[in-house]
Amino acid sequence: MTSANPPLTSSSNPTSALAEITQETLALTRRLFVQLARRPSTLVAGVLQPLIWLVLFGALFANAPAGLLPGGMSYGRFLGAGVIVFTAFSGALNAGLPVMFDREFGFLNRLLVAPLRSRSSIVLASVLYITTLSLVQSLAIMVTASLLGYGWPGAAGLLLVLVTLLLLVFAVTALSLGLAFALPGHIELIAVIFVANLPLLFASTALAPLSFMPPWLGWLAALNPLTFAIEPIRSAYAGDLSLAAVVLEAPYGNLTTATCLGLLAALAAGLFLAIRPLLDRKLS
Amino acid sequence: MSVGFIELQHLNKRYGVGRKSGSVVALDDLCLSVPEGSLFGLLGPNGAGKTTTLRILCTLLSPDSGSVRVGGRDALADPRSVRSLLGYVAQEVAIDKILSGRELLQLQGDLYHLPRSRRDGRIDELIALLGMEAWIDRRCGGYSGGMRRRLDLAAGLLHCPQVLVLDEPTVGLDIESRSAIWTVLRQLRAAGTTVLLSSHYLEEVDALADRLAIIEAGRVIACGSPAALKDALGGDRVTLRVREFSDENEALQVQALLKGCQGVRQVVVNRAQGFSLNLVIEHDGVVEQLRRQLAEADLPVFALAQSRPSLDDVYLQATGRTLMDAELAVAGNRDAKAERKQSMR
Repeated sequence: MTSANPPLTSSSNPTSALAEITQETLALTRRLFVQLARRPSTLVAGVLQPLIWLVLFGALFANAPAGLLPGGMSYGRFLGAGVIVFTAFSGALNAGLPVMFDREFGFLNRLLVAPLRSRSSIVLASVLYITTLSLVQSLAIMVTASLLGYGWPGAAGLLLVLVTLLLLVFAVTALSLGLAFALPGHIELIAVIFVANLPLLFASTALAPLSFMPPWLGWLAALNPLTFAIEPIRSAYAGDLSLAAVVLEAPYGNLTTATCLGLLAALAAGLFLAIRPLLDRKLS
Repeated sequence: MSVGFIELQHLNKRYGVGRKSGSVVALDDLCLSVPEGSLFGLLGPNGAGKTTTLRILCTLLSPDSGSVRVGGRDALADPRSVRSLLGYVAQEVAIDKILSGRELLQLQGDLYHLPRSRRDGRIDELIALLGMEAWIDRRCGGYSGGMRRRLDLAAGLLHCPQVLVLDEPTVGLDIESRSAIWTVLRQLRAAGTTVLLSSHYLEEVDALADRLAIIEAGRVIACGSPAALKDALGGDRVTLRVREFSDENEALQVQALLKGCQGVRQVVVNRAQGFSLNLVIEHDGVVEQLRRQLAEADLPVFALAQSRPSLDDVYLQATGRTLMDAELAVAGNRDAKAERKQSMR
């Protein structure tokens, strides 16, 4: 039996705060990835579902008359950008689930009695995990789609796609984490995810261009953050990487790639600021 | 009295303030002082406020008022520095089913910022100490209650805390796990660690603790060493049955008869034990006198047992009811949903 004194931990040691935050964040992130590796169904389902969308939905409108879509692109190519964004979106929407289960099973209490240097580590680990997972899923869809002949954006285009997805994933992750702390249990969280998922997809330009929509739906789609992510990616796939390119003719004015990215960044920052008081309260 | 290593002063806590159904008082001016290096037992029925007290001590919950100090540090003003002093073994063991026991301990070590090499060495020590070699690399999902408890104890001990806090550590455990945990707790005390454990098992507190506090309805109603508390009661206990199965009338009749006897302090009819009689007597000689009295009244003696006061008697004296009665009384009052909410963040 080792003696209890002195304690192994050293709150007085000059170990830098950054090293401690890194240690705790990495440990928490590693846990989430170990879970994923041993229970990969989330990963697989997250790729499989959009893939089915791409194949089935793409086939549904495969015989649409040529020239129906803007720029004369085929429906499959049009749909590709929507499905990529949908993949990242639904992946990020699940960000709150592990946190919710930790709350419910009391694992969070184990984290809260530990002398964490910063409790942001708990949130940071979730963000790191879900961002990586969503981007990997999106990349898997992009690669599969390109093998199916839906095109590939090229190296610079890929960078634009990833930056766009990253901003969207940050925003949705913030929302989902906020819900995970605000809602009473996982049943409610799953219900919200379930209800939010499809309407947000339909009320965006993922499946059809604005010009197909009645004005009220057009307005909704033009305000939907998913659209802000879809259109720059669609433009990148079409080979136009200019930040000043007009990617959406919204009812309230034209949006460029730069505007879309700016809006997504503002949304992500705004949502993290908005959930901060809630997290502070729940984690204090 | 000297200042304890753990000092809880005038803690008040209400749950459900502002709720329509009304709030519940969990702690009512609770004061507790735990000396350094002691093995301190917190005894009380379910719902007495034991878990609330421990959760406040471990900085999981803030009191409505009062102060919490551990090793001279203020847990309310500087919770992080108190957390590093404490190891907490919660009542409901939260483990990650997907991780192996060793992985869980590694995670725990990182949360307490142990350097990698010391962390892994310490994990090996604890695996040996708690006899976890055979299953520590299997996933936690398949562990029995006893294995989970041992793992959780190891997690609580990983950073060599100066204070180990355990909330009902042996509830529902098999005998082997229970004795393994008792052994470790005794070793810890011998090594100078302050151990605070809650329990509603009288024997557990009696066997382990060198000091204890009895909590009832959020207040400390008795405090001291088990021996001192029992001695303070004074007198011996006698359990008397005139027949194997008496009826109430006969029991009351015998009670009236014996109440007047010299040297008999108290006669209680114990309904829960088939109308046996529980007596408190001044000294040994009284027993002979009791037998004589009963013989004169033509009453048989089926059983007569004499014993020193137990902690249950201490509890009875302090609260007017036995611990078991208190447990039964609160059993129906608990609201599982409200309790889950309290423990959730």
